[in-house]
Amino acid sequence: MYEQMVTARYYEERLQEEYLEGKQPAFDISAGPIPGELHLAAGHEASGIGVCAHLRDEDTVTAPHRPHHIAIAKGVDLNRMTAEIFGRETGLCRGKGGHMHLFDPDVNFACSGIIAQGCPPAVGAALASKKRNDDTVAVAFLGDGAISQGGFLESLNLAALQGLPVVFVVEDNDWAISMPKERVSSIENGAERAVGFGMPGVRVDYDDVLAVYDAAEAAVERARAGNGPTLLELQVHRRMGHFMGDAESYRTNEDIDWADKQDPIPKLAADMRDAGVSDERIDELAASARERVEAAIEWAKEQPLPDPETAYEDVFVTEEPRRPAVPTGGDD
Amino acid sequence: MSRAQTPPMGDRERTMSRAMVEAIAWEMERNEEVFVMGEDVADYGGIFDSTQGLLEQFGHDRIMDVPISETAFIGAAVGAAQQGMRPIAELMFTDFFGVCMDQIYNQMAKNTYMSGGAFNVPMVLMTAVGGTYNDAAQHSQTLYGTFAHLPGMKVVVPSTAYDAKGLMHSAIRDDDPVVYMFHKRLMGIGWMPAPAGPKTGVPEEDYTIPFGEADVKRTGEDATVVTLGLHVHRALEAAETLAGDGIDTEVVDLRTLVPLDTETVLESVRKTGRLVVVDEDYRSFGVTGEIVARVAEEALGDLEAVQRVAVPDVPIPYSRPLEDEVIPGVEDIEAAVRATQ
Ligand SMILES: Cc1ncc(C[n+]2csc(CCOP(=O)(O)OP(=O)(O)O)c2C)c(N)n1
Repeated sequence: MYEQMVTARYYEERLQEEYLEGKQPAFDISAGPIPGELHLAAGHEASGIGVCAHLRDEDTVTAPHRPHHIAIAKGVDLNRMTAEIFGRETGLCRGKGGHMHLFDPDVNFACSGIIAQGCPPAVGAALASKKRNDDTVAVAFLGDGAISQGGFLESLNLAALQGLPVVFVVEDNDWAISMPKERVSSIENGAERAVGFGMPGVRVDYDDVLAVYDAAEAAVERARAGNGPTLLELQVHRRMGHFMGDAESYRTNEDIDWADKQDPIPKLAADMRDAGVSDERIDELAASARERVEAAIEWAKEQPLPDPETAYEDVFVTEEPRRPAVPTGGDD
Repeated sequence: MSRAQTPPMGDRERTMSRAMVEAIAWEMERNEEVFVMGEDVADYGGIFDSTQGLLEQFGHDRIMDVPISETAFIGAAVGAAQQGMRPIAELMFTDFFGVCMDQIYNQMAKNTYMSGGAFNVPMVLMTAVGGTYNDAAQHSQTLYGTFAHLPGMKVVVPSTAYDAKGLMHSAIRDDDPVVYMFHKRLMGIGWMPAPAGPKTGVPEEDYTIPFGEADVKRTGEDATVVTLGLHVHRALEAAETLAGDGIDTEVVDLRTLVPLDTETVLESVRKTGRLVVVDEDYRSFGVTGEIVARVAEEALGDLEAVQRVAVPDVPIPYSRPLEDEVIPGVEDIEAAVRATQ
């Protein structure tokens, strides 16, 4: 898990650098090698990684607009994901999706940039699992700002009624763009909402991947055993602006410092040392994570941009199913 | 045309977002019943600066940040409007309307009619539209046609700061629901540079631009380009190049889709004989088809050539070469005008 945590963090740092590259001196969102919005998840790693540690390729994950750490944890091909973010032909979605819309059928991963709208499809995947009587589960990730959305609340109800193998994971980073959590919901513990739908709700209220791992284990096992859905609310922290370019004028420095102090990565490293893991081993894991990220970014940047004519393809199913255009040779 | 009745622009230049905010602030100052509701409209000032500075002036009670629950807050605006208040609700991106469409097209748009006129819904629903910055299919749509297609709401699309202010005053004072669709790239925000054009002189006083009056942004003899929003500026740029080649293009800015000023379009086409309709929305069942149909109905004899320039019925792709391919650019407009000659 440590290696994945560091991979996700380093990936975000490198994306940030690449994103800003073309946007100097004046920040122009449409300029540079990575245009459009970029929502980074630094500070969210414990949730994606602690939860996905219990999942297999056949299990479904739907991610929101801040998806990279979850994708990495679910085993999405890192090279092709990076190529997608750079808008390349060999990207996961042939350059059509971009960073908020990553789709990888090999590991059943999908995204939506529309708040809470990944919940209903996760319920659908769980429904398919129940109807086919297999033991796959579905996990829908969403932010604390998304818990007011109809799509989420309706999904909880349907999943509970049908006893579906789905886990709803709320990543509580205290913010929804400029809205602090206390102005979004009149209850502090979002997991309490589960009660009204007749399912268990569990909150992990400190940013720690081991605690997340345990809570998720129970929820995923419950789903896999056919005992129905669970709502998990996990405290994470937003270490950056909502999107790249957000000056965060609405946020106090104390809050930013606080988020910084809650960093789950040094916390996990300390836990590992306590458990007898050597510093060399920890450094080794970090180094291999860095290498993997560098390789993915390098590979992605060498990939060709798509032919403009391909813009007209894929509105409907094409006759010949198109699987990965190029073998990536990656380690995924 | 309305220019004669509206005040001169003057040389007090404003961005489109500043101009919109001026109108909202003016109306809020004079009418306690006007308030704003939306995501990140207060402390953030609107992601696209559409409410920048209003919190400081009016406080959280009247500039209300709301949870991400569009069905609830847009529906609440409908309810408050039916009580005679004048809410301005903002939904950050037009793409997000799907999650709350019922409140828009069944409640907001139809309650006046279904109640036989017993209720009316004097609210403004404002939202950002458009692509050109590679944000992919869920954040780049324009959807003019969707809203204009559904009866019961007026649809406004400003292209300059001057128009934006006058149309906002009209929208807030209107007794019907108005959907006010502003293009992100026209707002004048630092991180999304605007083309030259939308930043114009804006009078200090309040003034209204009546709905249903298109504006001829450039006069010409050889071809009529009918368009709106960002593409007014792209059409004007194309017209400059075409002028160099001796093609004199007239550019008609629709400004409102509902009501639609067919008369100004017809007048122009009767003069030029050649019609090009440019739209950043999907090609099929949209603005381009509607304009061509109206001209065909009323002025078939004057029509010598017709071209449509619009998004070719594909979701907006992310990657730059793909997005450039599908969103009409200046050269696409130029080519279409040439094709009519
Ligand atoms: C239906 C819908 N409404 C609004 C938005 C705009 N939006 C994007 S992210 C966001 C805040 C989300 O906050 P949260 O769910 O807490 O996730 P976080 O960004 O904090 O990870 C908003 C309002 C959207 N994408 N979809």
